[in-house]
Amino acid sequence: MKIVAICGVGVGTSAILKVNAERALARLGLEADVTASDAANVQVAAEDAQVILSSPELVSRIGKTFADVVVIENYFDLDEIAEKLQKAIG
Amino acid sequence: MLPPLPETAITIGAQADDWRGAVRLAGDALARSGAATPAFAEEMIRVIEEFGPYVVIAPGLALAHARPGPETLADGLSVVTLATPVAFGHAHNDPVSVVLGLSATNSDGHIAGVAGLANIFNDEGAISRLAAATSTDEVLAIMKQGERQS
Repeated sequence: MKIVAICGVGVGTSAILKVNAERALARLGLEADVTASDAANVQVAAEDAQVILSSPELVSRIGKTFADVVVIENYFDLDEIAEKLQKAIG
Repeated sequence: MLPPLPETAITIGAQADDWRGAVRLAGDALARSGAATPAFAEEMIRVIEEFGPYVVIAPGLALAHARPGPETLADGLSVVTLATPVAFGHAHNDPVSVVLGLSATNSDGHIAGVAGLANIFNDEGAISRLAAATSTDEVLAIMKQGERQS
């Protein structure tokens, strides 16, 4: 399974989302390949992804996708991330 | 490893009129420590103008940043705590009391370092402890958690 975490410019917040998504997956006992991407490249990065992790503000930048778009409000809340990931892929 | 956070890049109890002022303070702190040129503050503001306040990644915390460019001189972090929290226009995480500034000279090396912030802020009390800190030593002690191995 592939998960893409996006942010506006691809240098900051997506890295945090990526590492916490990996921790949430470990907690759920699920395995997935999590990558980070900026909003401009999400179409390419998420071509074969099952899930796109995004902040509320960036959802409109994603465009058409077959992936589940999961919106994370608090990037440091592993409970929120785990719960939403489980709903999307569990 | 987190990007370097020298004492000169820490501002405590600052006043900002609005989110732009708060981001500018984070940019000023990066310029003071030599991690970025003074113009970097405006780059960080532009990112928020373009993409919205997504940099407010947790209740009370903004991670201001911009792409690597001529304004980024070295990898570095800054920490600004606000005497009065300001709104960034985020749907869930306003108002912001702690602004981190992030300068990165390339987008690859950077990802591993920034992830260290998760080690600090996955502790849900860290933001309010930072906001309440009264000395740079206190801020540094809290931010030191980011150097732990994940």
